[in-house]
Amino acid sequence: MIFDALIAPFFEFEFMRRALVGCVALSLAAGPVGTFLMLRRMSLFGDAMAHAILPGAALGYLAFGLSLSAMTMGGLITGLLVVILAGLVTRTTNLREDASIAGFYLISLAIGVSLVSLKGSNIDLLRVLFGSILALDDAAMMLLVAMSSVTLLILSLIFRPFVLECVDPSFLRSVSRAGGPAHLIFLALVVTTLVSGFNALGTLLSVGMMMLPAIAARFWAVELTGIIFSATLIGLIASLSGLILSYHTGLPSGPAIILVAGGLYLLSLIFGPRGGLILKFLPRRHLEA
Amino acid sequence: MFKRFALTLALICASTYGQAQSKMETIASMSIIADFVRQIGGERVNVTTLVAAGGDAHTFQPAPQDARRVAQAKLVFINGLGLEGWLPRLVQSSGSKARIITVSQGVQAIRDTSDADGHSHAHDLDPHAWQNVANAKIYIRNIAQALSAADAEGAPTYAARADAYLAELDRLDADIRAGLATIPPERRRIITSHDAFGYFAKAYGMNFIAPQGVSTEAEASSRDVARIIRQIRAEKIPAVFLENISDPRLMVQIARETGAKMGAPLFSDSLSPESGPAPTYLAMMRNNLKAFLDALR
Repeated sequence: MIFDALIAPFFEFEFMRRALVGCVALSLAAGPVGTFLMLRRMSLFGDAMAHAILPGAALGYLAFGLSLSAMTMGGLITGLLVVILAGLVTRTTNLREDASIAGFYLISLAIGVSLVSLKGSNIDLLRVLFGSILALDDAAMMLLVAMSSVTLLILSLIFRPFVLECVDPSFLRSVSRAGGPAHLIFLALVVTTLVSGFNALGTLLSVGMMMLPAIAARFWAVELTGIIFSATLIGLIASLSGLILSYHTGLPSGPAIILVAGGLYLLSLIFGPRGGLILKFLPRRHLEA
Repeated sequence: MFKRFALTLALICASTYGQAQSKMETIASMSIIADFVRQIGGERVNVTTLVAAGGDAHTFQPAPQDARRVAQAKLVFINGLGLEGWLPRLVQSSGSKARIITVSQGVQAIRDTSDADGHSHAHDLDPHAWQNVANAKIYIRNIAQALSAADAEGAPTYAARADAYLAELDRLDADIRAGLATIPPERRRIITSHDAFGYFAKAYGMNFIAPQGVSTEAEASSRDVARIIRQIRAEKIPAVFLENISDPRLMVQIARETGAKMGAPLFSDSLSPESGPAPTYLAMMRNNLKAFLDALR
């Protein structure tokens, strides 16, 4: 009974297995990356990036037609360009990070829309570029898994300077010059994770899986490692149950996974042991006496 | 030869009347209707297409340029049956005095049968009526009538061109029937990613199964995809077809998982560019017929 409902779909259908592999790969990378984005108050970064990649995708389209690899490479390059420029502006002027990213992504989006209309076509390039979880081909799956592995590897290499940079940038600057490069490398990782996620799974799923588990995890742990592990775990639970929910109810699969992740966030918000609403408003007897 | 003669004649006429004969400006909402209007209007009519070849009429966003063109047009040809939800507003906002001709007037509309699982659509008629050649003939008669009404002088030309084109359509219809007759009925089953072939199915006895709803806006759920894969396996459906608009990756995945044959691209609600395999309605229907026959034989 439980086997039929939860396990059998994955045995019967290859596309379900592929979807699960894709989601697991994304969750593993998105957990830690999302956690850092949240801690750096860049939770809306993913949405900005989804628009910032348009001109690159459009150039790829104008040069090579509807070639997914050309459009993805183009998107990746403009995405990286936007974060590097925004990062440099943040470092050298007194503009905050979110403001400088907003500036550059809007310029990028406007260029992209103009480029698309140059061709006089109303094909929605981003819709072509953004994949679907149910249609993971070999190339998209390899891209996702490779990107996830590389992200985890590089993140572990820059982990120490980067954590310091997050919590106490002035201290890090006094002892080392690794802060700036670490931050830029991190932003590059975010872009590559997001763009490969867009290509394979679509925007909603990529951005959603990056942010929702991370902000839900905030209510389960206080120190960094705990948050990262909870975020990854919540992501994995949401992937599996979202896919099964979509399989049994007929909801579109990407939104179903994000709905489950959103539900987990609301549950964490209410019942979470670290700052959840219930604990916050219950009388804390152990502090009296 | 004849063309040059006609041109000379036209020039003489124009000079005798002392005023330059300018072409009548018309708008067609989509490329297939534009092709029809061109076939009937010939040299006397200028046609502008709003949704260009390769675009998607369901989700089109008009630009200011389009509003300007609509404002200048004398006739606006639309398909109707709920395909161009955006058009009435465009005509109104452009301040145009153009007459709107619904070319599907008189077509026996069929219901959108694809929402068996409770998806609700804004429209419940299937707009893709031109996929039945008999309906295309109704389109042609409507267009010829509207052109003649707007330009009485050209009426004989329009009538002659319409008769010639109607004969072409009859030949096309006969060819489709003869071609499909070579396929055994139980093999006439095809999966395609865009359910635009309801009229074709009904007229010519084919069975089309779609993984998505009739509109390209709906996103597939894993339950729908699982259902289709099971169906292909159980009924041994021989072929899976891409459509020129929808996400091809979903089709590839289904084909790989079932071993069904992948057909060549079909054109259902938009023509290909001039250089492509389906620059006109006749070419589009023959292209699709060949693709069906190649995959099912």
